[in-house]
Amino acid sequence: MSQKRAICAMPIAGSYRSIDFTLSNMANSHIQKVAVVTQYNARSLNEHLSSSKWWDFGRKQGGLYVFTPVMTADNSNWYRGTADAIYQNLSFLKSNHEPYVVIASGDCVYKIDFGKVLEYHIEKKADITVVCRDMESDINVERYGTIRLDEENRIAEFEEKPLRAKSRTISCGIYILRRRLLIELLEKCAEEERYDFVGDILIRYRDLNRIYGYKMQDYWRNIASVEDYFRTNMDFLKPEVRNYFFKQYPDIYSKVDDLAPAKYNPGASVRNSLISSGCIVNGIVENSVVFKNSYIGNNCVIKNSIILNNVYIGDNTYIENCIVESRDTIRANSCYVGENGQIRIVVEHNERYAM
Amino acid sequence: MIKKEMIAMLLAGGQGSRLGVLTSKVAKPAVAFGGKYRIIDFPLSNCINSGVDTVGVLTQYQPLRLNAHIGIGIPWDLDRNIGGVTVLPPYEKSSNSEWYTGTANAIYQNLEYMESYHPDYVLILSGDHIYKMDYEAMLDFHKANGAEVTIAVMPVPMEEASRFGIMIADENKRITEFEEKPEHPRSNLASMGIYIFNWKTLKEALITMAEQPALDFGKHVIPYCHDKGAPLYAYEFTGYWKDVGTLNSYWEANMELIDIVPEFNLYEEYWKIYTKSEIQPPQYFDKDSVVERSIIGEGTDVYGKVYNSVIGCGVTIGKGTVVRDSIIMNQTQIGENCELYKAIVAEEVQIGSNVRLGMGEEAENETAPHIYNHGIVTIGERSVIPDGITVGKNTVIFGETAAADYQDSYLASGKTLIKAGEQ
Repeated sequence: MSQKRAICAMPIAGSYRSIDFTLSNMANSHIQKVAVVTQYNARSLNEHLSSSKWWDFGRKQGGLYVFTPVMTADNSNWYRGTADAIYQNLSFLKSNHEPYVVIASGDCVYKIDFGKVLEYHIEKKADITVVCRDMESDINVERYGTIRLDEENRIAEFEEKPLRAKSRTISCGIYILRRRLLIELLEKCAEEERYDFVGDILIRYRDLNRIYGYKMQDYWRNIASVEDYFRTNMDFLKPEVRNYFFKQYPDIYSKVDDLAPAKYNPGASVRNSLISSGCIVNGIVENSVVFKNSYIGNNCVIKNSIILNNVYIGDNTYIENCIVESRDTIRANSCYVGENGQIRIVVEHNERYAM
Repeated sequence: MIKKEMIAMLLAGGQGSRLGVLTSKVAKPAVAFGGKYRIIDFPLSNCINSGVDTVGVLTQYQPLRLNAHIGIGIPWDLDRNIGGVTVLPPYEKSSNSEWYTGTANAIYQNLEYMESYHPDYVLILSGDHIYKMDYEAMLDFHKANGAEVTIAVMPVPMEEASRFGIMIADENKRITEFEEKPEHPRSNLASMGIYIFNWKTLKEALITMAEQPALDFGKHVIPYCHDKGAPLYAYEFTGYWKDVGTLNSYWEANMELIDIVPEFNLYEEYWKIYTKSEIQPPQYFDKDSVVERSIIGEGTDVYGKVYNSVIGCGVTIGKGTVVRDSIIMNQTQIGENCELYKAIVAEEVQIGSNVRLGMGEEAENETAPHIYNHGIVTIGERSVIPDGITVGKNTVIFGETAAADYQDSYLASGKTLIKAGEQ
């Protein structure tokens, strides 16, 4: 699915995209200047970030910037890694005056007050603070960077994607450090032709810098694999997760799409599911998440599935354990079932005629 | 020089008293409609969709909700460097300070606002109808006919024509005569209260008629222009147009949205209706919920059963509760095991558990039978209804009521319960 779009533009929880969580956290933490650094398949993302007003970044002090790789007289490279991506935009970092920088990735679903992390960072007199979290036992931590903290929360060990994890504490990919230190580290790193922020800066300079871990307790999920993406969306069917993200202050903001209210015609039956605005439902939906602007035909049965934005599902279709890709048109009388606990991704390229 | 070919003036100051407690605290254009919208969203969206990007909104009665809703016009893309939406309340002048005393008087008091855009044409709209209309097509018609005033009209059934202002036009659509609510109508073309004026004609008429008390377009300005011999044309509109002036027509217009293929379609890609959306999460349906023939806004949680209803955003419908043929506006919370039948529940209402609305035989409302009729139960905004109350038909409740306000937990059909200080 991420062949089609950058991961941080993946739709989440019916009405949002993954990057909304990080952007909203920044807006809610009163960070006013945000640069989104992207290169992979950024069309969905650019469309989503077409205006900064949804996150209230369009202020005189600050703003939302989108940086894609550019060609200059002395550089025509793509971003070769996370550190390189920031290094190529070093002039932006240099020309600003804010003392601290938050680095976060757009592929996580969470709420955090960066102000609290910064307070902790200052209190510990840390050079770099890494937000980390103890993961539940049913989650495979080998996909993440694992961390071992000493008794005063200083990072003792940091391993990126270990073969066998020695700790259940993982890095959430959120870092705070001084702007000047970041510039210094990036320049040194670039001189040595190293390009990765975690491997070449955090791990390599681990002993030279005071790197602390800030433990977050609340909900945090990364969506970079299909299973995690599916599970994270399904988590929103739980009342406690919905309550945490939708009802408790502060809110998560997203681009407003001006869609009509969802409509339920005779024959519709919806149980334990999330339905977004602009949908028209004629069939049965159970234990599923249906994103915006989708049409579900007569006699359809949708079970335990995720239907992404703007999908048209013809009559008498049966879908179970699937993720249906956005803008798809599923012909009438189709059947898709993900078997043996596997999630099936449905991509069809049928023509749809505008009504 | 700032120059706009056509600007719109949107009259949004009316109370809409026939909507009863729904307009106790808000002006009629700010009343919620169709799940997530407010009535004023329709003319505002029509403006931007027709390419009219300068809109003056004239407010007077209870403007707070309206002002908060419009803001600087971001949802309608009317936040412009030049033009955009401007809220125009009545203001104090060095002499002769007054409220807006009539539709045309309100426009007269804002001559300076219009003047600043040097318009060729001025579009006069009212903020209380549900319709989609391309004002640009109407302007083309106006220009093609060399009209000074064009009045949008719509054909109505002959037997109902006596309720409207009726235009009599010749075969070229030029208006020859008009009658206000005639007993024996000679035409079925009813004025929709939408006018395009040549700016010069409008300005001259308003200044000449300035001293007329309660200066009104239908009663004074249009007859004046006609008597002067200005060419008046009738622009016939045949699409969906609904006046939601009474509780019953408001209820009906909402219910028309839930038809399988509604006559008024909100799902069209090319004439979107915009509104301010504060609530964004998707809606959730519990495993025991039922929903049929309804439209539901964002962020609503349904644990009970919903049939033939229009539900707003951020509403909670508790377990075991059954909602039928009702309109429930934004942020209302309904407890468990309630039964709602043909109720209009305004915004931010708290309804306890085991409450039953719209039960029993019909009886005429005791205080205002011309407002509260057709068996509808009307609950005003921010009202509170405690647990275990049963309410009859043609009733109205407004205010924070407690169990002591009801006799044996019962409010009989036709009763009005408005707590002091609430109206």
